[in-house]
Amino acid sequence: MSEVILSVKNLSVEYRVEEGIVKAVNDVSFDVKSGETLGLVGETGAGKTTIALSIMGLLPVPPAVVTQGEILFEGENILAANEKYLRTLRGNKISMIFQDPMSALNPSTYVGDQISEVIMLHNKVSKDKAREMAEECLEMVGIPKNRYAEYPHKFSGGMKQRVIIAIALACNPNLLIADEPTTALDVTIQAQILELMEQLKEKKGTSNILITHDLGVIAKMCDRVAVIYAGEIVEMGTLRQVFKNTAHPYTKGLFDALPGNSLSGKRLKPIKGSMPDPTSLPENCKFANRCFNKSDKCDQRIKLVDIGDGHLVRCVSPLCSEGVKSH
Amino acid sequence: MSVILKVENLKKYFDVQGGKLHAVDGISFSINEGETFGIVGESGCGKSTLGRTIIHLYQPTSGKIIFENKDITFISKKECRELLRKMQFIFQDPYSSLNPRMTVIDIIMEPLLIDGMKRKDARQRASELMEMVGLSKMFETSYPHELDGGRRQRIGIARALALEPKFIICDEPVSALDVSIQAQILNLMLELQEKLKLTYIFITHDLSVVKHISDRVMVMYLGQTVELAETQELFSNPVHPYTKALLSAVPSIDIDEQQKREILHGEIASPINPQPGCRFAARCKYSTSRCKTDDPQLVEIKPGHFVSCYNV
Ligand SMILES: Nc1ncnc2c1ncn2[C@@H]1O[C@H](COP(=O)(O)OP(=O)(O)OP(=O)(O)O)[C@@H](O)[C@H]1O
Ligand SMILES: Nc1ncnc2c1ncn2[C@@H]1O[C@H](COP(=O)(O)OP(=O)(O)OP(=O)(O)O)[C@@H](O)[C@H]1O
Ligand SMILES: [Mg+2]
Ligand SMILES: [Mg+2]
Repeated sequence: MSEVILSVKNLSVEYRVEEGIVKAVNDVSFDVKSGETLGLVGETGAGKTTIALSIMGLLPVPPAVVTQGEILFEGENILAANEKYLRTLRGNKISMIFQDPMSALNPSTYVGDQISEVIMLHNKVSKDKAREMAEECLEMVGIPKNRYAEYPHKFSGGMKQRVIIAIALACNPNLLIADEPTTALDVTIQAQILELMEQLKEKKGTSNILITHDLGVIAKMCDRVAVIYAGEIVEMGTLRQVFKNTAHPYTKGLFDALPGNSLSGKRLKPIKGSMPDPTSLPENCKFANRCFNKSDKCDQRIKLVDIGDGHLVRCVSPLCSEGVKSH
Repeated sequence: MSVILKVENLKKYFDVQGGKLHAVDGISFSINEGETFGIVGESGCGKSTLGRTIIHLYQPTSGKIIFENKDITFISKKECRELLRKMQFIFQDPYSSLNPRMTVIDIIMEPLLIDGMKRKDARQRASELMEMVGLSKMFETSYPHELDGGRRQRIGIARALALEPKFIICDEPVSALDVSIQAQILNLMLELQEKLKLTYIFITHDLSVVKHISDRVMVMYLGQTVELAETQELFSNPVHPYTKALLSAVPSIDIDEQQKREILHGEIASPINPQPGCRFAARCKYSTSRCKTDDPQLVEIKPGHFVSCYNV
């Protein structure tokens, strides 16, 4: 059994804005073990990026407020740590690939220099050596090295994303949080990037939290998966449990919505309705108003329960229990 | 069916340190009215630049753009504004393409106001548009940074639809969205297409989306077209080695299906002052000496199926 390096316990985060209090993350708990890749999936606005930013200690405060919980990294509570400790943590042990590349890149510094700065921060090397290593990093993410001395706005969307990835990987982190790392990339470059992440995992035992709505990428990369809905974990288990023994109606809805799975010709099958207003979340099952499997029993607060072998589901009538194959 | 857009040998070069960057390097195609024309290709191969050049966000370097039988390659600012009534663009990046100092409703109203609509009517129309793309009323006064990526992308879609254009260039309109909302938006786009007889250029990395939505697909590599065919044909009979690698790399959701995916290796050619020869040659396992010296041309190997490769 490998050790737990990150433990998120009962985390709740709100954004207090003019329109009201957005309950973005509600009582979320999960562990990440050393060398493991945990996938986070869920609807846009479900709270995935907020969870990631909490771990990085980078929540925008205000409007963000952590109302309860702990985040233990190597035993230390990140939420109670001071900024200095967080800064060394972020530079060395935890790094993040941000969903929005422009917010993470400096618009007035050459992309290559942004990579070599990070390299110099982590390795005792000369400027020239750092440049050489940064050029290698660029080539590793599929960008010719003669593009070193260009500004970010001259790069395509996917090229900016790849620069962010190169920077995050150059840190050699123990924990890599990747927030939609490959959404702007074509599948051949994506395959190359995913391979790099796997190499790092093999070489250094890096743990990964991979946030993506690409279920194919989850299938390829993750050991375990957590499905988030309206700020809550609604299903969590091993890749096999969640993909082959799908228990929560929302998770099932995600699979059914994929192009290629639609039986009705041109029209796709989205989950009907939309996520509840995060400023006034219902007390009962938050998915009930969209659920095809709804009954009177749903009209209560629903707990996350183990339906067998650690497969957790927040539903009173899960679509299956462990051992019974569905799908 | 009539041709609505024709692009002939279009080029867009940027001046950069070290020379000319050939972002779009001699692209030709035509699109029929009501058609969805998919464009796929490696990140950085020039898809966004192609779209932006067609809609005149960039000046073309050379070539021809013909829209509704009118040569629009080089037009005045005023003609450009008129063009925007018929042709619109949905931006790739829902983060930096929206003005952070404007509220959602103002962003959607802006093109209507520029077009001369009265404020009251524009507001009404903008509300309708928000409803159409599934943005709740409570977000009218929000600022883009307060919203998640999916909602921001819907603002861009509502804004593009505001002037009821006939032709929309969609640059990754659904890639920031989760699969369920993606399905909603794609359905919405298909419905609007039927209702308003829209024509789309649809740029995306998601091959299952492109397969689902497009009538024809063009595959680009470093500024050039390597393959162009009807969707069904392209997906069942890919010919160009890059297209083949691309199709093989799609990750499957079946965790038991052991895929043989092809990871491309070899040096990636630079678009700055590119060398003669096929631009994919250094990464191609079939390349011969000729591929490294001569430029392959796009040839029709079957009716409607075009490929640019010496080894077909
Ligand atoms: N700075 C902010 N101010 C106010 N509300 C915010 C802020 N950032 C996020 N939110 C809200 O918090 C909720 C969760 O947002 P978050 O970005 O974590 O979602 P997400 O799961 O990452 O979505 P996506 O898949 O679209 O990236 C959403 O309702 C969002 O509108
Ligand atoms: N304003 C600019 N100045 C200089 N070079 C540019 C500019 N815009 C784009 N480029 C370059 O042109 C090439 C094509 O970029 P483009 O954004 O069109 O690619 P893309 O196919 O849309 O990629 P992605 O899939 O990553 O969005 C890239 O090499 C890019 O760096
Ligand atoms: Mg997010
Ligand atoms: Mg692009």
